[in-house]
Amino acid sequence: MIPGSFSYHRPASVADAIKLLSSLGDEARPLAGGHSLIPMMKLRLASPDHLVDLHGIAALKGIHRDGDRVSIGAMTTQHELLASDEIARSLPILHETALLIADPQVRYMGTIGGNVANGDPGNDMPALMMTLGASYRLEGPNGAREVVASEFYQGAYFTALEPGEILTSISIPVPAAGHGYAYEKLKRKIGDYATAAAAVVLTMSGGKVASCAIGLTNVHETPLLATEAARLVVGTSLDPATLKQAAAAAVAIMAPAADARGPVEYRKHVGGIMVTRALTRAAALTK
Amino acid sequence: MNDMTPTREQREAKLEGMGCKRKRVEDARFTQGKGNYVDDLKLPGMLHGDFVRSPHAHARVKSINSEAAMKIPGVLAVITAETLKTVNLAWMPTLAGDVQMVLADGKVLFQNQEVAFVVATDRYAADDGINAVEVEYEPLPVVIDPFHAMDADAPVLREDLAGKTTGAHGPRKHHNHVFEWTVGDKDLTDAAFRKADVTIKEMISYHRTHPSPLETCQCVCSFDKISGELSIWGTFQAPHVIRTVVALIAKIPEQKIHVISPDVGGGFGNKVGAYPGYICAAVASIVTGKPVKWVEDRIENLTATSFARDYHMTTELAATKDGKVTGLRVHVLADHGAFDACADPSKWPAGFFNIVTGSYDIPTAHVSVDGIYTNKAPGGVAYRCSFRVTEAAYCIERGMDILAQKLGMDPAELRLKNFIKAEQFPYHSALGWEYDSGDYHTAMKKMMESVDYAGLRREQASLREAFKRGETREIMGVGVSFFTEIVGAGPSKNCDILGIAMFDSCEIRLHPTGAGIARVGSKSTGQGHETTWAQIIATEIGIPADDIKIEEGNTDTAPYGLGTYGSRSTPVAGAAIAMAARKIKAKAQMIAAWLLEVHEDDLEWDIDGFRVKGLPEKFKSMKDLCWAAYHAVPPGMEPGLEAVSYYDPPNMTYPFGAYICVMNIDVDTGVYKIRRFYALDDCGTRINPMIIEGQIHGGLTEAFAIAMGQEIRYDDAGNVVTGSFMDFFMPTAVETPHWETDFTVTPSPHHPIGAKGVGESPNVGGVPAFSNAVNDAFSFLGSTHIQMPHDFWRNWQAAKNLGALAA
Repeated sequence: MIPGSFSYHRPASVADAIKLLSSLGDEARPLAGGHSLIPMMKLRLASPDHLVDLHGIAALKGIHRDGDRVSIGAMTTQHELLASDEIARSLPILHETALLIADPQVRYMGTIGGNVANGDPGNDMPALMMTLGASYRLEGPNGAREVVASEFYQGAYFTALEPGEILTSISIPVPAAGHGYAYEKLKRKIGDYATAAAAVVLTMSGGKVASCAIGLTNVHETPLLATEAARLVVGTSLDPATLKQAAAAAVAIMAPAADARGPVEYRKHVGGIMVTRALTRAAALTK
Repeated sequence: MNDMTPTREQREAKLEGMGCKRKRVEDARFTQGKGNYVDDLKLPGMLHGDFVRSPHAHARVKSINSEAAMKIPGVLAVITAETLKTVNLAWMPTLAGDVQMVLADGKVLFQNQEVAFVVATDRYAADDGINAVEVEYEPLPVVIDPFHAMDADAPVLREDLAGKTTGAHGPRKHHNHVFEWTVGDKDLTDAAFRKADVTIKEMISYHRTHPSPLETCQCVCSFDKISGELSIWGTFQAPHVIRTVVALIAKIPEQKIHVISPDVGGGFGNKVGAYPGYICAAVASIVTGKPVKWVEDRIENLTATSFARDYHMTTELAATKDGKVTGLRVHVLADHGAFDACADPSKWPAGFFNIVTGSYDIPTAHVSVDGIYTNKAPGGVAYRCSFRVTEAAYCIERGMDILAQKLGMDPAELRLKNFIKAEQFPYHSALGWEYDSGDYHTAMKKMMESVDYAGLRREQASLREAFKRGETREIMGVGVSFFTEIVGAGPSKNCDILGIAMFDSCEIRLHPTGAGIARVGSKSTGQGHETTWAQIIATEIGIPADDIKIEEGNTDTAPYGLGTYGSRSTPVAGAAIAMAARKIKAKAQMIAAWLLEVHEDDLEWDIDGFRVKGLPEKFKSMKDLCWAAYHAVPPGMEPGLEAVSYYDPPNMTYPFGAYICVMNIDVDTGVYKIRRFYALDDCGTRINPMIIEGQIHGGLTEAFAIAMGQEIRYDDAGNVVTGSFMDFFMPTAVETPHWETDFTVTPSPHHPIGAKGVGESPNVGGVPAFSNAVNDAFSFLGSTHIQMPHDFWRNWQAAKNLGALAA
């Protein structure tokens, strides 16, 4: 549980960080909250020669409302998300989800950028970002680009990030006023990854679902958008038969691994239940 | 009388003696981060050791190449079994009469077994070093499933035992067999089963788990080449035993060995035995002449130092049709892993498992235990319980529920019908124990009234109907557990460790100003001895607890003791403290008689001093007598006021309790909700009710963890799949249920202050309460027994197997 030796860098600007990561190549890793990388280093599953600590870059922090979008700097911590009135007002599901991540100590250090950029299928924010239709700003040696969350995740720990690129901010469209939302996460204990979790954002009109997005956490090597399940509920009043169909459609795209949280069959089964519960609770919250 | 004269109540209160909820004096440093643990120790020139460990569960070690490791700056030595052979320490004895490799000698027998020890100038270099040692392995077939360990064609694990048909505990019947231990009358028991109206038989497993104290095992060894003295600071629950073991195996004169247990962050049985880390650090210090520190990390602790349980108990009960139990038969398959490293008293290879008749008057019983080797970490320690008592309690308490189910009787009613009656104490059990005292019916009835047991059963019945009608997806379980512990090992007639009788000791020295110090052979690992020991002395000799310093853990100053585990501190060391205090009191009485010019028999004890009978104004306080002991003793008497006592208990103590757990389970997810947990404990005289409550809370939390998810699990290849707190269930405050505690008081008749042990009762009684609640919840769907741990997915699996899931 002792990491190998490494050089430590603390750039003061995004440009300097990119320059460092580009010039140091594969042997350099950016460091955000460190909750994934540092345990990996202690177990020597990762042995980077260089750590590029992003904590010195003021530009990577902050939460701003800009018209109908909210922009969040990558180095904003989960704790700062929870403390933000803007998040509570515009994106209550983000507040709800951040509260389900680990414990306060972890949330003081853990960042939203690290959570979404690492590509860990156990992380909660990626599926939520897909559900919300968020996009990520990636900055690298060849300039900046925007990638939508739903196209960012390619496999476990594989993302659209190119060598030398850093995810610098997240832009989230603010859901319609009166929308319903829920993040249902089954976990064994505080600090655990989800056995299965489902994020739902929906709107209702005249007692029927007008729009719906469903995201799934930790039931596949990447976060998932359950588009078929979402399509099935639109236009319905979320009657029991529809809920059952939607859950079944969501379960159909799940491919979790068996682990200490349970066998594959169990994780898919409770994944379906999380979808049902999230839909039901989200609908009840619509105004 | 003027207003300044303290009342009797005020004098009593000032002592903060027995029965007082005295605040823990040690917490002043613990809550401010000022504890002094082994890893806080930094000695000049100190080196650091770390282990190369085996990735395989069973493999031949073809070669170990240290060349690259030795080139790493800071790496000073790589110690292997070959190095240790030069000092005859490649293997070490276990407390269970087996031998254990210190470092892999030719082969490895479990994953993460110690293969080489790298010594370096800092911990980083040591870790770089272990990653650079090249070990060539030839994997061998593994034995993981204990039920196949004694197959005719099972791989031979312990080649060192080849041809040995007898082990430390009698004949071995297979190359992977450790021992067979039997107790009870087989013929009578078989006859009881033949005559029985009703019998049950169930294989009840108590899975492998781990004590996992928050502070892992660690030590600093420092050998002085000039004086030839070896100092060892370590996380030891039994420092004196460690000193003797070191003297015996390292051939260093015992007076030149100094063993010190500083503050210890939890033990729970994990820190009783000796581990390769201690031997390697000591050898490294002897070789280098420098202090060497070894600190285990969490993964190493969970996967290599002693596990607990792993008992597979085929349990049979015989009864009459109206529910009188007539016989008990148990066969245990005991998985000890690669080496038998139990920390039981030497003559007890299965600990005190023969307490398995529990709280019941069962006329005949027979137990047999087969210990076996597998490719798992060695051990079998008592995780917060007396030796194998939690396994025994789980066995009989599940068995009684299963029998009740078969008889169609309420489980509480079946227990009440079979309890040992208060007038039967001292009670001789069919398996050889003499229970000292108990009043089970009173405790059980108090529990049932406190929780409205009948009301819970009515609620359960109506919820079951609602479930059958499809109106709810929740099922409700009520788990009753009534346990009897056997603690305070133990009487020299049947308890020893490596031939040393399991007494304990106390030395009290009072100072002229009426303060003093007591040194005790036990060692707190969090139990609060610095607080409670002073309370016993305060009540016994009338010196305020605040004026008594308690010291433990330094073998140079403390009298020889056998340490703290098996809830033995209060039954044994606590008795020694009272006895030493009484010796002091007797001498003080002689001094008082001299000063008051009366005969000793004319004096009576009054809270904090001696008074002449009938003349209340003629009084000498204990504080006055302390001063007098240093300047005005009677002619012929030695000055000073000190005493030492070594206490060999005449019997064990038998604390007991009535627990109940109320739980709802959502069958669709398997998620449970502990609605209520009530624990009534009877530990005899209560020294500090607040500390008892804290002990109960802690032990119940462990019981909750064990029953509901905590396990050391291996895959088929012998890889540990629960090697970190991400997967090994360690509940936080959020998951932990609310605990309700209660008590009755039935003093131990043979203990000087009537106290019994208590720290482990909640672990022993708690696990069956949780498991019985889960099993009770599912029983109406047709199951008789569901194995622990009862985590979410297994509950769901049970519901699925019983056809309780929606189509």
